[in-house]
Amino acid sequence: MDFTFSDDQLLFRDAVRDLLANECSPDAVRTAWESPDGRVPGLWAKLAEMGVVGLTAPESAGGLGMSQLDLVLLHEEAGKVALPEPLGDHTAVALATLADIAPDHELVAQAAAGEATIAVGFGDLSAVLGASAADALLLQSGDALHLIDPGDAQIEPFTSVDESRRMASVSFSPSDSTRISDDADVVSRAYDCGVLAAAATCIGLAQQMLDMTVEYVAEREQFGKPVGVNQAVKHHCSNMGLAIEFARPLVYQAAWSLSTDSVGRGEQSRDVSAAKVLASDAADLAARLSLQCHGAIGYTVEYDLQLWLKRAWALSAAWGSAAFHRTRVADALL
Amino acid sequence: MDLTFTASEQAFADEVRTWLEENKPTEHMEPLDTQVGFEQHRGWEKQLFDAGWAVPNWPTEYGGRACSIIEWLIFEEQYYLSGAPGRVNTNGITLLGPTLFEFGTQQQKDFFFPKMAAGEHIWAQGWSEPNSGSDLASLKTTAVRDGDDFIVNGQKTWCSRGAWADWIFCIVRTDPESERHKGLSYLLVPADAPGLERRPVGRLDGEPAFAELFFDDCRVSAEHLLGGEGEGWAVAMATASSERGLNLRAPGRFLAATERLGELYRDLGQKADGVDAGLRAEVADAWIKAQAYRWRTYQKAGELAAGGSMGSEASYMKVFWSELDVELHATALRLLREQGERSSDWMSGYLFALSGPIYAGTNEVQRNIIAERVLGLPRR
Repeated sequence: MDFTFSDDQLLFRDAVRDLLANECSPDAVRTAWESPDGRVPGLWAKLAEMGVVGLTAPESAGGLGMSQLDLVLLHEEAGKVALPEPLGDHTAVALATLADIAPDHELVAQAAAGEATIAVGFGDLSAVLGASAADALLLQSGDALHLIDPGDAQIEPFTSVDESRRMASVSFSPSDSTRISDDADVVSRAYDCGVLAAAATCIGLAQQMLDMTVEYVAEREQFGKPVGVNQAVKHHCSNMGLAIEFARPLVYQAAWSLSTDSVGRGEQSRDVSAAKVLASDAADLAARLSLQCHGAIGYTVEYDLQLWLKRAWALSAAWGSAAFHRTRVADALL
Repeated sequence: MDLTFTASEQAFADEVRTWLEENKPTEHMEPLDTQVGFEQHRGWEKQLFDAGWAVPNWPTEYGGRACSIIEWLIFEEQYYLSGAPGRVNTNGITLLGPTLFEFGTQQQKDFFFPKMAAGEHIWAQGWSEPNSGSDLASLKTTAVRDGDDFIVNGQKTWCSRGAWADWIFCIVRTDPESERHKGLSYLLVPADAPGLERRPVGRLDGEPAFAELFFDDCRVSAEHLLGGEGEGWAVAMATASSERGLNLRAPGRFLAATERLGELYRDLGQKADGVDAGLRAEVADAWIKAQAYRWRTYQKAGELAAGGSMGSEASYMKVFWSELDVELHATALRLLREQGERSSDWMSGYLFALSGPIYAGTNEVQRNIIAERVLGLPRR
């Protein structure tokens, strides 16, 4: 029993943290809101250069051949800076899945290098991130996965509350020529990778909202003293801390579970769902209470808190809400 | 990261499980919070001790097995899953024990540890007073030096199992001129000390398991001072950290309780319309939170092994497990519908769980500690 990350995993995390501190400031996230594809110009290439984009791709395709466990700390960092890049969909889901079922596909090397972006859609395909600008779509249809040229799909964009998230509903005609897997385990595993990525990102988002709140209430004075001396405010902060403190180890445990053969497919799904329940709840609570503790300043678009609030609302529901995954856990247990 | 047990950890788990299967009492025992049950549970402590399972994480010289923190967590999981009796000397083994290791003299350790481990000395905690609860530092019970003794005067209250315990660890004011945290000392008091009177008080569950302690010129040897005179607050805070953190509530207890909750749900679900809507999600939630507590604990064990400390983060643990314990028992009572009010293990478990957010520092105080000492918010 060893619940610790390796030195290599922590060093990689630190390197990504340093890069994002320089390249993904709140101002950079705001430029993403204005850019055509909702992303920070040039940032994806820098992440690709570090190996982050192709982390799950096989080494033969220029990737690092690493696992979801190696990736989980990076999602957390992505959440802390509200990174508007498809690290979850592209790297955790699409590349990891293709690495398993079609490692030699020409798209894998391009995607690992950050030259091609793959968008992914599950369930009813009504909310697919980055479909319009993607080079390829990896879409679920029943127990099968299909790899689609965006030109062959019907893509209907809609506006997200988080304007860096370019969302669309997608429909397509599945055929033998588009199908790349009809293995139900591959499909469910791919979905779980997306759930885990969203859960880990929620932890980073929640942590950052808590940190911003602690800093704000320690400085903001009313009645001649910091508002943070009031017990009601302290307890809001403690409750955010509590939600994060116990969601985080469950997310790490789920990342380990999803990265080992010693845990069965069904139990992996159960563990990932349990993590998403607490991670979504933590992100929702942190969004609600951080806004409350900031007061009116937090309710403005000028103030940066909104960047995290809106991402949290999106990701708490994306890849299944807490309620959805609570049901999935219940189905596994009861 | 490898969240499977090693071969030796698995062997340890198997050894614990096998021993418990073969040795746990089969005949009914009264609750440990009754006078009869208290003595029955003392007998079980002795049986655990004789087999080396009373204090597995202690050094061998005091009856332990010097097992690792991971093995101790495995022991606790196996213990609660087996349904073995509650531990009557928890206050001694998990609260006073770590403090005695840190602050005790060699003589005190050699005298107290073997008797504590064997259930010969069952300990109670004498901290709260009628006017000093959350504000512990306002306590007024005095202990004045008289030659080789202290003369203790005052009153302690909410002393769990204090009416039957053999020894009581107290915080007293040894400097009558002092205020607040200064001038306090940590004194170990034999329950048969002359001048100590004990009165049982019925708890919410009806059991006379609280006690009031009245000290009237009670004479206690100065040998039983734990830590230096006037250093009682620092010693007490070491105990409090144990009380709130890993030691008091290993995850095994909640894993076992959520297992039973799942069984209850499945049993009731056998009948058509046997379960009310919404409760399925609550049962799942209890399981999820018990797992979260389990993994947080193993994560913490890794941090401690790497030289980290428990410190104020213990408050996170205490709030989480105590509120989980209340919630999961409340879910069970809701599942039972009109039968919820019936006397049952679930009802007594619920009544016991309700004490969790109050004792060991109320959860309101814990949330202040989290805000101020973990997150760094200004105190005033």
